[in-house]
Amino acid sequence: MHLPWRWLLTMTSVASISQAQASSWNMPVGVTDISRDIFGLHMTIFWVCVVIGVIVFGVMFYSLFRYRHAKGAKAASFHEHTSVEVLWTAIPILILVGMAVPATATLKNMYDASEADLDIMITGQQWRWRYEYLGEDIAFTSNLSTSREQIRGEAERDEHYLLDVDEPLVLPINRKVRFLMTSDDVIHSWWVPALAVKQDTIPGFINENWVQINEPGIYRGQCAELCGVNHGFMPIVVHAMEEAEYETWLEERKAAAEQEAMGIDREWALDELMARGETVYQSICSSCHQSEGQGAPPAFPALAGNDQLIDDQDWHLDRVINGVSGAAMPAFRSTLNPVEIAAVVTFTRNAWGNDTGDAVQPATVAERIAQ
Amino acid sequence: MAPKLPPHNPLQHSSTAVAGGQSHEGHAHHTPPKGLLRWLLTTNHKEIGSLYLIFSLTMFFVGGIFALVVRAELFQPGLQLVEPEFFNQMTTMHGLIMVFAAVMPAFTGLANWMIPLQIGAPDMALPRLNNFSFWLLPVAFALLLSTLLMPGGGPNFGWTFYAPLSTTYAPASTTFFILALHIAGISSILGAINIIATILNMRAPGMRMMDMPLFVWTWLITAFLLIAVMPVLAGVITMMLMDINFGTSFFDAAGGGDPVLFQHLFWFFGHPEVYIMILPAFGIVSAIIPTFARKPLFGYASMVYATAAIALLSFLVWAHHMFIVGLPLTAELFFMYSTMLIAVPTGVKVFNWVTTLFRGSISFEPPMLFALAFVVLFTIGGFSGLMLAIAPADFQYHDTYFVVAHFHYVLVPGAIFAIMAGVYYWLPKWTGHYPNERLAQCHFWCSIIGVNLTFFPMHFAGLAGMPRRIPDYALQFADFNLLSSIGAFFFGASQLLFVLVIVLCVRGGQKAPAKAWEGAVDLEWSVPSPAPLHTFETPPVFHRAQTHE
Amino acid sequence: MGIDRAQRDGVNKTVIRSVAALLGMFAFAFALVPLYDVFCKVTGLNGKVDTTAQAIVHEEVDQTRFVTVQFITRGSAGLPWQMSVATRQMRVHPGQTAEVDFTFTNNSAIESWGRAVPSVSPSSATTHLRKVSCFCFQEQQLQGEERLTIPLVFQLAKDLPEEINTITLVYTLYPVQRTPLQTAYNNHLAGDNT
Repeated sequence: MHLPWRWLLTMTSVASISQAQASSWNMPVGVTDISRDIFGLHMTIFWVCVVIGVIVFGVMFYSLFRYRHAKGAKAASFHEHTSVEVLWTAIPILILVGMAVPATATLKNMYDASEADLDIMITGQQWRWRYEYLGEDIAFTSNLSTSREQIRGEAERDEHYLLDVDEPLVLPINRKVRFLMTSDDVIHSWWVPALAVKQDTIPGFINENWVQINEPGIYRGQCAELCGVNHGFMPIVVHAMEEAEYETWLEERKAAAEQEAMGIDREWALDELMARGETVYQSICSSCHQSEGQGAPPAFPALAGNDQLIDDQDWHLDRVINGVSGAAMPAFRSTLNPVEIAAVVTFTRNAWGNDTGDAVQPATVAERIAQ
Repeated sequence: MAPKLPPHNPLQHSSTAVAGGQSHEGHAHHTPPKGLLRWLLTTNHKEIGSLYLIFSLTMFFVGGIFALVVRAELFQPGLQLVEPEFFNQMTTMHGLIMVFAAVMPAFTGLANWMIPLQIGAPDMALPRLNNFSFWLLPVAFALLLSTLLMPGGGPNFGWTFYAPLSTTYAPASTTFFILALHIAGISSILGAINIIATILNMRAPGMRMMDMPLFVWTWLITAFLLIAVMPVLAGVITMMLMDINFGTSFFDAAGGGDPVLFQHLFWFFGHPEVYIMILPAFGIVSAIIPTFARKPLFGYASMVYATAAIALLSFLVWAHHMFIVGLPLTAELFFMYSTMLIAVPTGVKVFNWVTTLFRGSISFEPPMLFALAFVVLFTIGGFSGLMLAIAPADFQYHDTYFVVAHFHYVLVPGAIFAIMAGVYYWLPKWTGHYPNERLAQCHFWCSIIGVNLTFFPMHFAGLAGMPRRIPDYALQFADFNLLSSIGAFFFGASQLLFVLVIVLCVRGGQKAPAKAWEGAVDLEWSVPSPAPLHTFETPPVFHRAQTHE
Repeated sequence: MGIDRAQRDGVNKTVIRSVAALLGMFAFAFALVPLYDVFCKVTGLNGKVDTTAQAIVHEEVDQTRFVTVQFITRGSAGLPWQMSVATRQMRVHPGQTAEVDFTFTNNSAIESWGRAVPSVSPSSATTHLRKVSCFCFQEQQLQGEERLTIPLVFQLAKDLPEEINTITLVYTLYPVQRTPLQTAYNNHLAGDNT
């Protein structure tokens, strides 16, 4: 029963794949079994449409040419023909049933996220992605790393313009990876075409999805649901690597996280905090509060010359750590570590003429978060 | 004053004044006011029809300008002209204006003008309600457009305004957006009631339902769809209003609500809405093709049944807009099957048009050019729609430019071309002159080139991975966007030709007889061209010879 | 105009029916809100779990297999609370009742209210996850600097489908802007007999 359809699908997709490899005009074949199946379905329905189109437009253009009034054509008067009408209703139905069978099989496969080797929690935020390796205590945000200058046309655009991030999602190949997806604010959508994974991230709800990547490589995607001002500026980069390489990366990443955690306990000098804070500010905060702290009121308040910020360090810390409910300001305690928070708060308290002279220590922040 | 003719003669007895002139029959009503007040207070279906059409054409240009702002920014990679914040407002307003202020009012205008003429009625069933329905629209859209000037800007969350982007995270003007949409919705609903009441109760004696022209049938079914789903839109936007202003949590997880509920409710309205925007187009094309092929429409009955089937099925497919939201597998499969199914009656209609052409005697006047282009290009839009219906594949198409290509094909060379075809077709009846053929042909060819240059590359941009609603894009999409932007400006400029043709036609041109087109058969061609202000004051006796069965 | 009495009556009838249909559809839109909820709860679709306590069903425990139940806690903007769970995941037999502690800490000096909103994945597991006692049924109130530990008691239904061997339960903590009287009233409505 499934066999004839699988055969048809395979034949069509083999024919299409061999011609359409890495075409910049077509959907990618991708690097997973599912992406390959989807490509096959896509090409099959495409050719079905082409054939129907050729027949229908063929008859139509033939008629337009052959039966021109200017050439003296006499109009017939028939206006029904039951058997033809039955046929052209029945045949499309059969074609559609034919398409529905393999489509159903592929969909069932896509929905089966059981028996996964690895769980990753993906959280959409305005306007970045957060990845957590459940069970490994590794968590980080992934931000667009294309510079403002490139976007404004002041610098030359590189090959991966708008598709580059500061820290990609690293995954092993040949392992079933389960994604748990949600959002912290509005609906976003996580999409990587080469993996054929796309799923909306809904605030307050969890969706699950899975992928098993067959080939190592770097795969890029973008947010696929309008989520506000920087919807076009929150790309996804997946770096798929061989098992052994992945294990090495995992260890290194955990070690780096521990190093970062140790930095919490020591005393940081003002200039260290400022330097670190500036980096954090430019990659995390400037998309809303702008590079000189001028903001874009009323949605994004100005930080430069902000009296309440200058006078009330407690309030300032609270806004950054806990966010503002119902506004675009997220709770950064779940996105940034205490070092980063302390640094960026120190930076914003001293930059652009704010000049409070305050140096916020990571230990203070950690205590407030009570991790 | 012309003498009273015997009642069985379908030619009109009233004055031969042009539509828009004063009438002097012996009834006891006062002379209508002149100038602006006359247009404000008219209850005449022809004048109201003209008001809708002029309003729609104006809004078409407004919505078009918003699109050109979008395309200008997307001409090249990088942010050159507008900020992302404003870009989002432009894409949103372009969609809202085109759907609610251009396409729908255009079809309503054509309905107002032509339905009474095609069924032999003197006017619509509720003429004063008709006036009110129209005048709600300028109010609604003045309010909507004014949001662009409010602090925080206008709506920036897409014409589909998903929560919570459109509730918790929305600009302050959103409440006014909701009010504007309510007013426009009321206008549509009242118009629909009027149309149903007219069609069901005021047909000429002897005209059975299955004798009605297809434009009347498609509008009847469209009106039922409007009554069914506009209230659901009203419900959704009221819930939004409550979430924003009164602390409820319909769509907010924090309060026990669900953002996905918004999508279910919106698309329950939204999908029938797109059929509301296309069924009257089917009716127009079904009048034009038989006229210029000089052959009766093939399969009248099956066209009626197919339209009804499409309307019914349209209630069962809504979640195909939500395939990637995380629907349960059973639901996903159901909606995939129902969506694929709706291709069948749509295909039947296309086959019927083509078969009408087969062995006809075909000429290529401007209305026919647009109608033929509709058949080809709408079908291409239908093909991409069928591809989108395949749920697994949709995971790669959803929210990309492939979808943008699909709906622009069915709406621009689909609905809009059908409207233009209808305008060219009926201009002789409205004005008494034929539209300038050379200019109309120029408009046609420029539009064909423009529309395909704009929207065909979008298929490839989408397949290559370009998401929707982004103000800047990665370099591999640059060539496609360049072509689309050039096409958009070319297409936009070409529409000025349309305005020129209309203006020239109103003022003068080759005189048109009552039956302006040789192959035209419906009742409107039995009244003089231009149609007098009042027609069919005495109902005509409907000749069975004009039957479609 | 040429509209006669019969036509006028017909028109009136059409108008009345149309308006009735209109109002019906408007009411339908609002009715869809609770209907959607009911539909989701009955079918377990959408991962929406019951927000009222369910009794433990005395059924046999299926010793032949284990199901991994994962717990994930998330905070949100505007609420200075920390939410953590005693164990990230546990292995449970279908039919078995289990308990796990969740701890809530108010890191600020002032009292506030929060609500934990649950979501389950895969959604097909939702009807098979019975919550006997859950903090998510009610809003929680914490004084400044207060810490509270509340258990979640749940039972996995014995008839949990074979294909499901991992269930993930996510709680997102949201702030609630309420007065104490409102909270008490809401909790009373939710079945807490205080």
